[in-house]
Amino acid sequence: METQRPAQRRDTQDRRHEGIVSDVEGFNKRAGRAVKDQELHDSIQTFTGKAVAARNAVLHALPEAPELRQRAYHIKRKTMANLDRYLEQMADRVEARGGNVFFAEDGEAVVRYIGDLARRKEAKVITKAKSMATEEIELNRRLEEDYADLDLEIVETDLGEWIAQLAGDHPSHIVGPILHMNKRRITEVLSGVAGEQLPPDVEALGSFARRRLREKFLAADIGITGANFGVAETGTVVTVTNEGNARLVTSVPPVHVVVMGIEKLIPSFEDLSVFTRLLARSGTGQKLTVYTNFITGPRGEGELDGAEEFHLVLLDNGRSNILGTDFEEALYCIRCGACLNVCPVYRQTGGHAYGSTYSGPIGAVITPLLKGTSEAKDLPFASSLCGACWEACPVGIPLHDLLLKLRNRQVDEGVRSKGETLAFKGFENTMRSPALFKISGKMGRVAQRPLLKDGSVRPLPGPLGAWTNSRDLPPLAKKSFRELWKEGI
Amino acid sequence: MKVALFVPCYVDVINPEVGVSVVRILRKLGVEVAYPEGQTCCGQPAFNSGFFDQARTVARHFMDVFEGGDYDYVVCPSGSCTTMVSHYYPFLFKDLPDERERSEELGGRVREFSDLLVNVLGVTDLGARYEGRAVFHTGCHQRRELGVLNEPRELLENVEGLEMLGWKNEELCCGFGGTFSVKMPHVSTAMADEKIRALEGSGADTLISGDSSCLMHLKGRLRRTGHDTRVYHLAQILDPENGKAG
Repeated sequence: METQRPAQRRDTQDRRHEGIVSDVEGFNKRAGRAVKDQELHDSIQTFTGKAVAARNAVLHALPEAPELRQRAYHIKRKTMANLDRYLEQMADRVEARGGNVFFAEDGEAVVRYIGDLARRKEAKVITKAKSMATEEIELNRRLEEDYADLDLEIVETDLGEWIAQLAGDHPSHIVGPILHMNKRRITEVLSGVAGEQLPPDVEALGSFARRRLREKFLAADIGITGANFGVAETGTVVTVTNEGNARLVTSVPPVHVVVMGIEKLIPSFEDLSVFTRLLARSGTGQKLTVYTNFITGPRGEGELDGAEEFHLVLLDNGRSNILGTDFEEALYCIRCGACLNVCPVYRQTGGHAYGSTYSGPIGAVITPLLKGTSEAKDLPFASSLCGACWEACPVGIPLHDLLLKLRNRQVDEGVRSKGETLAFKGFENTMRSPALFKISGKMGRVAQRPLLKDGSVRPLPGPLGAWTNSRDLPPLAKKSFRELWKEGI
Repeated sequence: MKVALFVPCYVDVINPEVGVSVVRILRKLGVEVAYPEGQTCCGQPAFNSGFFDQARTVARHFMDVFEGGDYDYVVCPSGSCTTMVSHYYPFLFKDLPDERERSEELGGRVREFSDLLVNVLGVTDLGARYEGRAVFHTGCHQRRELGVLNEPRELLENVEGLEMLGWKNEELCCGFGGTFSVKMPHVSTAMADEKIRALEGSGADTLISGDSSCLMHLKGRLRRTGHDTRVYHLAQILDPENGKAG
């Protein structure tokens, strides 16, 4: 049965075509729209508020959390320093268990690999469990377009991802893909698919989704999942879910394909125990997610479940360029979403404003790293550098420092505007010279005289207008501190 | 004890009364206060915008100015500018061993105002009076890089007539963020509005912070939206001689 799609709304359609890259002013424009959207604001506040409260409570009850965080950081550092070795080990173990391993340089290679596999298998239905890596490479759209003759039906089976897919929309959060939609909108989307008005009731909507998705699970020829972790010592892929959909995606169809970013590797099961204690606590405030699946190759002799054929696709897509650089810590991310939930910018704008698969602080860091300095130029500035992300990160990634370094990289690579560059040269010259600094202050006091009204500066044109449009600007004081000091305090 | 006063550039020209209160309080406690007149700015605007070379020039000037004079400490009425020197100078000079060492030495002596009062001078009661119900906003650098969280509260709890209140999500950034406030004005303003809603919910009539930059942002939005909430830097509240006109 074919999935019916309601007509796409104009705004979601736009988003679909923006892809992973946004233009210079993109964030600002989208954020400007987002902060005026009260429904969006309420949805984000509800989700992030609950997630942060649950996370704080559950981490508070785990006294060893700070130590685990340090261990997680060091495990990731060790892994990245020896990633080639661990990748080889992972591949060897998977192959020894009868699985296939494919190293994909980019999204294109993944699309070719899976598309050709689907052709060989004469696949019609592909079920998918939630995977940010496949979102990153827009796997669904590209398979549908590049392999149109196969007429594939690709079905997302994570409830949120499925609803996003039905709505022609993109996830706006790593963990809560449709947190931007409220119950009214979800009812609208699912009613469109049902062909009848469903009641706006969680149970009714849930059981409708369950019925529909069961049909797809049973009909699937290929199942695709991402991976939360890859354990190199055994070749085990670990997925965590709350809905159990990954279990059905990996055990019902005869073929299972895992698309895993190469940074998801960890050396051993002992290391894994550090991350499993941190991931769900940080992401959703659970001690563990409902399901934690361990999959090591295809179904073995005497085993009761598992796919007959197993493929591990290891995705680079720009990640290896980050290895060994000042930005390597960005690869330590375990995609828990905690940095999004605590980010005061994300909490105002939601994920779509970032114009990228990955939103929030981690998205602002890795999008330009994966795509290059001149792409997504706005994202390193989508932060007040408050550091809440770093504080919340279960791996201790100094996200705000990485954003600073990205801003600096833009300067070094000459992609910043001439005006701004000149302004900071001027700043440098003024601030290295006490005399010039003093004179600037005095000149400012003279210059502001015609601009004062009721003790504040009148609305200004130009860059300062960005301030005065929404906030009063205090005038320069009649006497500076240094003048008062000279006169005697 | 000899302390050098580091007055952030915007405090120097916009809120000089904050610096004056710091001087009065420290002198009353018997501290010898010097004001090295060569000082300008810590360089943070350039640094936060990614212009690291320009920030390094300003940082070198700052180190030259504050290294002389045999000061036991450098005190600054801003958690953010303190952090720039104590945390981000070593970051900027990471690959330049001589200057890195200089920055670490100086960084170890730079103290945020409330940190110096409570942890160095051992003072929590300054005999100040203020009639009002207030919330305190901890700047993000002060909260996360410096970890100076309780000190302002201890000082404020001893102010006669002042009732300190809690407010919702007080750990959230106010939205100033330096050039962020003009580069991303919509989000910056929305962040201020969230703080203002929390302030309204608390029932406070006064907003206090250890960072005049956060206050400039929040006060600017408060006034634009018709709020007459009183807004003060911590030093002004603690200074019995401050007329508290602002």
